[in-house]
Amino acid sequence: MIALLVRDLRLALRTGSGLGLGVAFFLIFVIFVPFSIGSQSDLLRAVAPGLLWLAALLSCLLSLERILSIDWEDGSLELLATAPLPLEAVALIKAFTHWLTTGLPLIACTPIVGVLLNLEPQGFLWLIASLGLGTPALSVIGVFGAALVLGVKRGGLLLSLLVLPLYIPTLIYGAEVARRGSQDLNVMTPLLLLSGISIGVISLLPFASAAVLRANLR
Amino acid sequence: MPLSVRDLTVSRGGAIILQGVNFTLASGDALIVRGRNGIGKTSLLRTICGLQPAWAGEISGCEDRIAFAGHADGVKLTLTVHENLTFWSQIFGCRRTQFALEAFGLENLRNRLAGTLSAGQRKRVALARLLLTERSIWVLDEPTGNLDQDTVKTLLSIIKTHKRGGGSLLVATHDQLEWEAETLQLDAFRPKKTEIFPIFASGAK
Repeated sequence: MIALLVRDLRLALRTGSGLGLGVAFFLIFVIFVPFSIGSQSDLLRAVAPGLLWLAALLSCLLSLERILSIDWEDGSLELLATAPLPLEAVALIKAFTHWLTTGLPLIACTPIVGVLLNLEPQGFLWLIASLGLGTPALSVIGVFGAALVLGVKRGGLLLSLLVLPLYIPTLIYGAEVARRGSQDLNVMTPLLLLSGISIGVISLLPFASAAVLRANLR
Repeated sequence: MPLSVRDLTVSRGGAIILQGVNFTLASGDALIVRGRNGIGKTSLLRTICGLQPAWAGEISGCEDRIAFAGHADGVKLTLTVHENLTFWSQIFGCRRTQFALEAFGLENLRNRLAGTLSAGQRKRVALARLLLTERSIWVLDEPTGNLDQDTVKTLLSIIKTHKRGGGSLLVATHDQLEWEAETLQLDAFRPKKTEIFPIFASGAK
């Protein structure tokens, strides 16, 4: 499993685009928000948690299609399916690699972009915590979506249509944790729900992804 | 335990393309699968490897013993030859990367990016992967495509060594290989009338 993780990280670093695309989109999106909705700091402060979550979600979506399609096209997915590594592990590792190359850099950028949107100082911690808890679920759901559209030429639109509804609970509770955190309210309920969604998705969806991969490899 | 295929029915895209395929492959045996384009050579090999379900029939003795090399080589173009092979050696828990490099004459290409290799050289990398699987049944789909005469000879000598070590081999090819092996001519297994079933038909297994 570690071999697959190392290989995929190396591939992401070598090709570059996979790693930089999500973060670049996230930064561009957030930097342009004050230009489009004006510089009223109160307004920006109010929408910052939700907007940052939305930007993170859309950034994750951008690189989803490539997670499995490259391995499918060059035949390595087929070879992995005949290797001793179970496809469930392959799905989980793919999601983890996606999170390391997309979710983690986004979280690292959050303190900088939070300042641009005038986020309340007490909100930073909860925003980072909510992204830390929620983005792994986005990656795991994304791998499931990518497995579903495997082999579909230019399946990006279909992938978005399939994945976005599944992202909604994570977005609602993730943004709610960040919003309540920035307003000094009690975050426990949305935080527990967000954690529950993430744990459920991470423990169950790799099995579904593997089943879909098996069906699509036929 | 020999690989045994009994009354196998193979389908592609919901249509039955081969019916009643029977053969046994004992250790040290080789079987060459022949037939015209589209007859179902690749589908048969994929079914035996477990990549697609058999429509009917039984395949036994292949659990975790098959190493497959298909049309797509699975070589990552942005990794070096050595990195590509090391990855597969780690996946299969084998430490013979150096041996595999030397066997296919890839030693002087080890640090070259696979994207800068010729098609034939890349095929050699893909075949070198077989040595790293340490599996006894090699299932090869058109292994000699893009290979020059010398490399074909190298491949044949590696195959002989594999067979001497108790390994067996199932090869689909159009080329005349200079070595003796039984042939499975797939024309004999074509269904008399092509039946097309919807993919989600209840009879599909």
